[in-house]
Amino acid sequence: MPKAKVTFADVGVTLTVPAGTRLIEVSEKVGAGITYGCREGECGTCLTKVISGGENLAAPSVLEDQVLKDSFAPRGHRLACQAQVLGGDIVVKPV
Amino acid sequence: MAMPEPIIARRRNEPMGSNTNRAIEIAPGVHWVGAFDPDLRSFDLILRTANGTSYNAYAVRGEQGVAVIDTVKENFAGDFFARLESVCDYAEITTVVVNHLEPDHSGALPELLRRAPQAQVCLSIRAPLMLKALLRAADTLPRGFKTVTTGDRVDLGGRTLGFLHTPYLHWPDTQCTYLGELGILFSGDVFGCHFCDTRLFNDKVGDFRFSFEYYYAHIMRPFRTHVARALDLIEPLDLSIVAPAHGPVLRHGPRDYIKRYRELATPRLTNEAGGEKTLLVFYLSAYGNTRRMAEAVRTGAETLTGVRVSLYDLEGVEPASFVDLIEEADGFALGSPTINGDGVKPVWDLLSSLTAIDIAGKLGAAFGSYGWSGEAVEMIEHRLRGLKFRVPIAGLKVKLTPTSSELKQCQVFGRQLADALITPASQRFNAD
Ligand SMILES: Cc1cc2nc3c(=O)[nH]c(=O)nc-3n(C[C@H](O)[C@H](O)[C@H](O)COP(=O)(O)O)c2cc1C
Ligand code: FES
Ligand SMILES: [Fe+2]
Ligand SMILES: [Fe+2]
Repeated sequence: MPKAKVTFADVGVTLTVPAGTRLIEVSEKVGAGITYGCREGECGTCLTKVISGGENLAAPSVLEDQVLKDSFAPRGHRLACQAQVLGGDIVVKPV
Repeated sequence: MAMPEPIIARRRNEPMGSNTNRAIEIAPGVHWVGAFDPDLRSFDLILRTANGTSYNAYAVRGEQGVAVIDTVKENFAGDFFARLESVCDYAEITTVVVNHLEPDHSGALPELLRRAPQAQVCLSIRAPLMLKALLRAADTLPRGFKTVTTGDRVDLGGRTLGFLHTPYLHWPDTQCTYLGELGILFSGDVFGCHFCDTRLFNDKVGDFRFSFEYYYAHIMRPFRTHVARALDLIEPLDLSIVAPAHGPVLRHGPRDYIKRYRELATPRLTNEAGGEKTLLVFYLSAYGNTRRMAEAVRTGAETLTGVRVSLYDLEGVEPASFVDLIEEADGFALGSPTINGDGVKPVWDLLSSLTAIDIAGKLGAAFGSYGWSGEAVEMIEHRLRGLKFRVPIAGLKVKLTPTSSELKQCQVFGRQLADALITPASQRFNAD
């Protein structure tokens, strides 16, 4: 199964997870500082900065895109409860 | 016959200046334009306010315009606008800084934006969604607003406002604003307290130390990690005044308050476990069954090196002491029998006290003895997940008296908890 390497820069933890995993599932387990509310891509609480490897995340859905737009999120930001890893290296940190 | 004159009598008792509605200068060209609320006795449902509070807003004048930093609670808007009008015209306002959207500071924002529609609103990159939801009822949405973060600046002409991204102190949107030329930090709720005293400055007002500590304990403590990160940004600044959004303006020894925050945000118990992980096992037990389970959980957990295990009877102490312990622990297991279809009240009292601390990343687990229906364990686990504990090991239930093989299971359960604690974060995803 394809794997991706995700780094949570705030706690300095890197781990390898299967493709398809959402960032929030991992951040929760390692105690990274990404907060969340609805986990359904609506509340915007899990806004996360992608420091590098944005291309290794599945493209945002229409819903996520809308929430990012409504939050005036700068480029390179994603919702951790929506963003799924595809492979390669990804570095993120809480906003 | 003496005529009662309640209103005049009351005025006489008020400290001087409380109804002058004049702005108060805190530095050249910088004015306090907030409001005093001496009669408030409870705040946000979670704090009592013996001394009322103040809603501190500020106006900063530069050569090219005036910035207003925060506003006040809606029903004090009259005081705020009167004070603001005493130092500037609305047409001069180029910038409105929103350090925090909670209604005690944003209450007069819609009206301010109606009066100064040209102003650009500067708020945290976490704020826009909340701003929209807050202003839904008002018919004004700011025409121009921009999101700012650490390093961004606004030039007012000889006066520069710099922003510090300090989220979760105590809402997602909170930020601090720094006036570099004068060394003034407009900190929002951080370093604030509910203490209404119209003499305003910390070297003039009554003794507010209790309020300062109390405010931290109830508002900031749940966000300890965020407080520590914010202090990393604040400590290097040149500071002559800390101007929070509530209570005294800290111009005398401002650094003492920053130092105090650092102390408060640092683990309060010396960690004698050193590099070991700490697991707390709590239980309640009417007939000793859940207690026997708890002891076996401890025994099992102690078979792994690198984990320090402690066992407590929940009936023995008020929840507050255990909250302090849990704040410093890596994980905790909660044992409760099922009584009338539920966990026992001290369990819920403890769990509902945990909103006072930061539990991100901690491990939680539940176990207990039951008679026939056994609801308690699932209910506790459900609550632990809701509080955002990690719950990697499924709860353990035993019907009535644990047999020796069931006690073995409890030991295995304890060992699994210990193992989950010492598994490095980088291996947890696959291990769980
Ligand atoms: C101290 C405090 C903490 C809060 N914490 C949360 C929170 O964790 N999650 C959330 O969704 N809202 C939180 N809120 C926001 C309130 O739920 C929100 O302001 C709500 O509109 C208040 O409703 P009320 O007017 O009925 O009091 C918090 C509010 C306060 C005052
Ligand atoms: S948690 Fe609500 S959008 Fe991600
Ligand atoms: Fe607040
Ligand atoms: Fe406040």
